[in-house]
Amino acid sequence: MTGDATRFATGAAGPLLAVLRDPARLDGLDLAGWDAVLRQARHENLIGRVADLARRRGLDDSLPAPVRARLDAHRVVTDKQAAEVRWEARQIAAALAATGVRPVMLKGAAYLLAGLPAAAGRLFSDVDFLVPKDRLAEVEGALLAGGWVSDKTDPYDQRYYRVWMHELPPLRHLRRQTHIDVHHRILPETARLRPDPAKMRAAARPLDDPPGIAVPAPADMVLHSAAHLFHDEDFVQGLRDLVDLDLLLRHFGADAGFWPALTARAVELDLAYPLFLAFRHAARVLGTPVPDDAAAAVAKARPDPVRLALMDALLARAFTPDPPGRRRPARRIALFPLYLRSHWLRMPARLLIPHLARKAARALAAKEEDGEVVPIRL
Amino acid sequence: MSAGIPPAGPDRARAPVRLADLSEAELSRRLRGPGLALPAGPFTVRLTSPLEEIAAGLGLLYGGHPLADGGADDPEGYADFHLRVAPAGGPRRWVRPQVGFFLDGRNPFNLLPAHQAFPMYEWGLNWCIVNLAHQFLIIHAAVVARDGRALLLPGPPGSGKSTLCAALIHRGWRLLSDELALISPADGRLSPLVRPVNLKNESIAIMRAFAPDAVFNRETPDTAKGVVTHMRPPAASIDAAAETARPAWIVFPTFRAGARTALEPVPGPRAFMRLADESFNYGLHGGRGFAAMSRLLRGCMVRDMAFGDLESALAALDGLAREAPAEAAS
Repeated sequence: MTGDATRFATGAAGPLLAVLRDPARLDGLDLAGWDAVLRQARHENLIGRVADLARRRGLDDSLPAPVRARLDAHRVVTDKQAAEVRWEARQIAAALAATGVRPVMLKGAAYLLAGLPAAAGRLFSDVDFLVPKDRLAEVEGALLAGGWVSDKTDPYDQRYYRVWMHELPPLRHLRRQTHIDVHHRILPETARLRPDPAKMRAAARPLDDPPGIAVPAPADMVLHSAAHLFHDEDFVQGLRDLVDLDLLLRHFGADAGFWPALTARAVELDLAYPLFLAFRHAARVLGTPVPDDAAAAVAKARPDPVRLALMDALLARAFTPDPPGRRRPARRIALFPLYLRSHWLRMPARLLIPHLARKAARALAAKEEDGEVVPIRL
Repeated sequence: MSAGIPPAGPDRARAPVRLADLSEAELSRRLRGPGLALPAGPFTVRLTSPLEEIAAGLGLLYGGHPLADGGADDPEGYADFHLRVAPAGGPRRWVRPQVGFFLDGRNPFNLLPAHQAFPMYEWGLNWCIVNLAHQFLIIHAAVVARDGRALLLPGPPGSGKSTLCAALIHRGWRLLSDELALISPADGRLSPLVRPVNLKNESIAIMRAFAPDAVFNRETPDTAKGVVTHMRPPAASIDAAAETARPAWIVFPTFRAGARTALEPVPGPRAFMRLADESFNYGLHGGRGFAAMSRLLRGCMVRDMAFGDLESALAALDGLAREAPAEAAS
């Protein structure tokens, strides 16, 4: 425990965090140094971020040839995904046009469509957007007509999403095989924090391109990202999501007026605690510059010292990449309570315990069937 | 990429350069410890494995390959793929032992029965290339070359491409790859990926008869593809592994027992669609992929080839190669 905490504090947590904190370190990196950075970055889904940092530092032409090739290979994937997300957003807008609902894009899709640095080199797994809850039936009908279907055919899953969650079961487009998540709340229905999605929708900024789509206002983008990371996640993508927050805060924070607006909005939306954690851990892990006034403005959300120490210890481990080629037990051990916590925050115990029991039973059943060897294509 | 140059120094007058220069004990030490730096065309692999079968397979099939680090044996050295092939734990190890393939500590696919360790390494490496090396447009095709001009044999398993490839490289053609055509979207050229040639089922006996001097690994029965083995690549192909080649001919082979060998032209649009189908990552490359595929087809003679026996197929391919060279690629 102490070993990890010390490493965290001294910043010797590994080459990936070192270059994320101080991109100038990329300049003199030799092949072996790149090797270590890229091995960690691959597991954290951050190769694209490293590629973008290298490009911004003007290193493209001086990189060692194998490194250049790997970053190029990754750009092929991220460029393609960005094009797909843009296309999907257009298709969603077209499908919803008749309903008059203007979807508010969330997370990666929002960063991309708003042209933010947080989208550069980022991988996308799905397209998330927010619609009014009282229009859900129409939205779902229009999406079904447009070719999006649900893969969660199990009645338990359907009920789980519809009764307790903040989003519909994930939908997949029949022809394009792309995934979308339709949100109607910021956090689950059953969550302890209750940010009002109507406020976020009202402040959203319509886009000219593609038309019929909006993105959250800057403060709301940060708050949604923080709420998602610290209240609705099992942290498998934890560091990537923290990097998103870092990039959003650095970008919007260049405008001094942004910070007071952000902290006021956090209080208004009942999201001061996730913003407190975001400030604290982005600054610690990635060196995100957070003005003292802004930090002070969310200090009221600071939990009692015992709880804070526990959260800090768990999150420090969750945000620290495994050493190249290894999986650190400390991290996996930390991820489990964080997983439980995310569910705990999501729903009361009388719902949570049966739900986790059911998931565990299903995972065991799936393992039983997993014995057969899947032939590899080549 | 630079071929490995042994580090100069008073203490290391002459470091081993090729895998065959390592003693059996040294090979085994590196595989068990810091890792063996193996070249795989434009990629560097760092492989660790405690399995005798891997050491033996490498010794037999990769002896002519230069070590990717010039023999430097630097455990911190660069690699595109850090791989490990190792026995799986758990109670099954006593009953039905299995091996896993690990890319950087994670196994991207299911375990295989232990006796399939060597083919698993080769297949796993293919998986890594196909899933990660998108700096290339990658087509499922055997590639051989003569005088700097390359013949691509695209086709699904069972089309006979591996058998043809194995035979051609014993008849004066240079091996680039028996499975993967790596095309640079920037200049349209093919990068060699000189590795052992994978043979399966009937083609094993055919190649043993065809090339009696060739070196084969021991046969692995009961794989997803039947009985498989690998054949050591010719030394000349290994030594030319840094020379890219210009695509000149594309032949879609179809083996049919008893068929008379015949070459038929393939209309451009159909060839395009079939190559796109045989590509692992055409869709990812977008407009650049379309341009690269178009350029490939402009620079190549494209034929369908049905064949029923190896000799007449080789003669037909030689005939094709002697015809007027394909128009220069733009």
